[in-house]
Amino acid sequence: MNPLWTLLPPLAVIPFILFFGEKRRNLRELSIIVAGFVLLFINNRIYNDVVQGASPESGSLAMMGELSMKLSAEPIGNLFALLASFLWVITTVYSIGYMRSHKEINQTRFYICFAIAIAAVMSAAYADNLLTLFIAYEALTLSTLPLVTHAGTDAARQGGKTYIRLLMGTSIGLLMPAVIWTFVLTGTTDFEAGGILGPEIGTTTLAILAGLYVFGIGKAAIMPFHRWLPAAMVAPTPVSALLHAVAVVKTGVFALLKIATYTFGVDTLAASGAGEWILWIATFTVLASSLIAFTKDNLKARLAYSTVSQLSYIIIAALLASSTAITGGAMHIVMHGFAKITLFFCAGAILVAAHKTLISELDGLGKTMPITMVAFTIGSLGIIGLPPASGLWSKLMIAQGTLDNGYIWIIAVLMLSTLLNIGYLLVIPLRAFFKPLPAPQSEDNHHSHDSTHASDESYDLLSSNSMQAAGWQEAPAPSLWAIVMTSSVVILLFFYPAPLVELLEQVQWR
Amino acid sequence: MNFFDQVPALQIAVPLIGAPVCVLLRNGRAAWAVTQFCSVICTLLSCMLVAATRDGTVIRYELGSWSAPSGIEYYVDIVNASVLLVVSFISAIVCLYAYRGAEKEIQQDKHYLFYTGWLLCITGLLGIVITGDAFNAFVFLEISSLATYLLISLGPDRNSLTAAFRYLIMGSIGASFILIGVGFLFAATGSLNMADISARIPIADSPRTVLVAFSFLTVGLMIKAAIFPLHAWLANAYHYAPVTVTALLSGTATKVSLYLLLRFFFNVFGIQFSFGQMLLNYVLLPAAIAGFVLMSVVALYQSDLRRMLAYSSVAQIGYIVAGICLVSPLGISAGIVHIINHALIKSALFMATGCIVYRLGHAHIQSLGGMAKQMPITTAAFIASGLSLIGVPLTAGFISKFNLIAAMLEQGWWIGAALILASSLMATLYIGRVVEIMIFRKPRTSTGTLEVNEAPMQMLIPLWLLIALSIVFGIFGNETLSIASAGAERLLTGPLAPALVPESAYLSTGAGQ
Repeated sequence: MNPLWTLLPPLAVIPFILFFGEKRRNLRELSIIVAGFVLLFINNRIYNDVVQGASPESGSLAMMGELSMKLSAEPIGNLFALLASFLWVITTVYSIGYMRSHKEINQTRFYICFAIAIAAVMSAAYADNLLTLFIAYEALTLSTLPLVTHAGTDAARQGGKTYIRLLMGTSIGLLMPAVIWTFVLTGTTDFEAGGILGPEIGTTTLAILAGLYVFGIGKAAIMPFHRWLPAAMVAPTPVSALLHAVAVVKTGVFALLKIATYTFGVDTLAASGAGEWILWIATFTVLASSLIAFTKDNLKARLAYSTVSQLSYIIIAALLASSTAITGGAMHIVMHGFAKITLFFCAGAILVAAHKTLISELDGLGKTMPITMVAFTIGSLGIIGLPPASGLWSKLMIAQGTLDNGYIWIIAVLMLSTLLNIGYLLVIPLRAFFKPLPAPQSEDNHHSHDSTHASDESYDLLSSNSMQAAGWQEAPAPSLWAIVMTSSVVILLFFYPAPLVELLEQVQWR
Repeated sequence: MNFFDQVPALQIAVPLIGAPVCVLLRNGRAAWAVTQFCSVICTLLSCMLVAATRDGTVIRYELGSWSAPSGIEYYVDIVNASVLLVVSFISAIVCLYAYRGAEKEIQQDKHYLFYTGWLLCITGLLGIVITGDAFNAFVFLEISSLATYLLISLGPDRNSLTAAFRYLIMGSIGASFILIGVGFLFAATGSLNMADISARIPIADSPRTVLVAFSFLTVGLMIKAAIFPLHAWLANAYHYAPVTVTALLSGTATKVSLYLLLRFFFNVFGIQFSFGQMLLNYVLLPAAIAGFVLMSVVALYQSDLRRMLAYSSVAQIGYIVAGICLVSPLGISAGIVHIINHALIKSALFMATGCIVYRLGHAHIQSLGGMAKQMPITTAAFIASGLSLIGVPLTAGFISKFNLIAAMLEQGWWIGAALILASSLMATLYIGRVVEIMIFRKPRTSTGTLEVNEAPMQMLIPLWLLIALSIVFGIFGNETLSIASAGAERLLTGPLAPALVPESAYLSTGAGQ
């Protein structure tokens, strides 16, 4: 199926969103969910093609001389598109609960920008050349800016400023010259099996180019260009969840995987050692951001730094110049995506249901929000990479990939980081389940009563009486449903990663 | 004699006849209609010229059938046909905008004079571009300059008189330098026809005279094109002129001077002489680079939106000159494509600024808080054209910047490419600063609200037309790029006419035909 179709559902749904508007919000959100399922269906059709070794492509639109905009499907991109479209549906369901009970303003604008961002993600996922990827990348930055500044407060404005400055700055200052340089060197920007940059270009040039790409793709959040990610956490939680745990950041690392595979080529990268110097910075990022995560008491900030750390895993995977590692990196996009979105959903649920944002306030929350906290535990295990969570497979493959080109010291870093993950993530559910509930404060009760009340009005789907009777104060039903879905996938993928593996086996390395 | 043969003459004749008609009508509305009509006709005529020259054809038109080099010759190839199109198209669009845009800024009883000045200005600019005669170019330069002084001095602010006077001084110096340069060329070659001069320069018996002519022309053209460091007149003129005039001038006046610069250095003096012997690129490239870096910084610190955009214009001219100075097909076509794209972008930006001035009466950046709420369409237009100025993909600015950087890298000018990027980042900052204030800052009024309406539709429609075009050229970049690379090819072929054999130098009259 022509990958151009994937742009249709997210763009076609915009008039519907506008038409239904705030007045008929149920229809508005229903239309998004329908579009999400259509998109998922299209991506699934493409999966069926790709898994059989085909690579469906769109027509091309000539832009500058030989350079054109074109989409084509290949395994890594298809995997990413599937992930993003699946999570779009789930996040929309989650937002219904979150945005309404949190009484967010301008929800129509929110959903429109969201849809545009998804379209941008799709075109990045299926980009056939660097130019298309660059355009999609910039479109994603611009379309997500209104989402980051959604609240309109000073903090949101400040976060938006950091966000746009870092992402635009790196992409214009470093990524654009990298793309142009590649074009000048090779006369093309197409993604080709085995890469377009040959060893004849020289190690120094390749090393500089690799640096321009890795640092220029600011969305991959390698240090020192990681600041935008915590800054963007001022956005509403569904945004943080989908965009800053999945779509935006994963577009960054996905682009790097694609560039490593199809622009440099695994062999060129391995033979020249061009990426070696960046490996040091990436490993530093892994460890440093894990340590910073320890110091953060704000739940979303801790998750943000954990994301920075996990993204550098994928950067490492891209730079290891081994097909095993890149496969692992692509799997990690999915595994980490599900685990991290679960964690963000939980953080949002805790905010909505219990009005808590700090980790130190979470003591005893396991009693009132057991479902959320169980999901949080599963998500944490997914990030850490312990069974029965799916993160194990991807970490294992990246670790295996380090052996291919003799970067065995990186295994030590990965293991150390795993220990750090346990330290800063698992401690949260432990507090919630095993520490006693603090003495109730009248103000807190008042708030939580309010929120359950608000959610009761419109969503009686799942918040049954039995839950109330047990003294549970969970998030609104749609949000809870989303949390359960994503955390189940984390476990499902541990037992059944075969579809991903089958897809990634189709990648043409040379 | 069919109609098409006369198109080059009509290109000039139409606005030139329109101007006195405007004076005779003595009515603002009617004068506007005449100006709009003439601009549209000029646009159509230049479309025909572009279509005719696109394949490399050269149209040579002898004015009054006096044969060159004695008579005046109009020389049209793809390079100047495209500039003709830019000038007349911008004039047509901005004129549409001026219907409402000029009504507040210019006194009612002076409207007919305003449009007379407009048509004369366009006549002059089109004339500079179309003519193949060096002295004739000077004459048209004076026509356009005099008309421009008038247009600038019509501004609502008293400062506009000083600005017009300053422009007069600088413009006259520039024009005198050009005149002296042309004079020396005549002394050295005995001809004023560009094609003829280009054929005679290689055999001129006093190379020093040619050298002096070259120097005078270089300085004169640098002043008129506002190339750093001879750009000082531009900021004041753009700031205090009526915004409508600024929108017109920013898209046309400097571009025309840049064209003349291209024509003289590439075709009249020849690449070998200009860049091989005189090392012009070693003079202009540092100036251009210093221009776009420094002026982007200066733009960052302006408190008035018009002034900020004026300095940004100087920076953008730097890009164009930098592309030209690379003397490679890619570089020159990047320069030409940016002449086209920047005309669209900067005119759109000034038109958006004009909408703000129309409602607020000023354009102080710090007082633009609350604009996004009150004038959302204008704000959106400013953002869209601002993104194009920065060079975000899918806008015309991206095409220019991509090619310019590619041209720099192709020649191994890493530092130049890096500095272009640095100045792009500064553009992000100075545009971003304004946008941020427009969207987030509370209005600076006592009540905390801004009581203004959206600008009138007659202003917004032409503005968005330009933006739409800049997006179209951003997606279908080949439309402009193919014209630009045809132009680059033309310029790189060197002299307009084959060099003469020394013996027949002073005998031949029909040289280059």
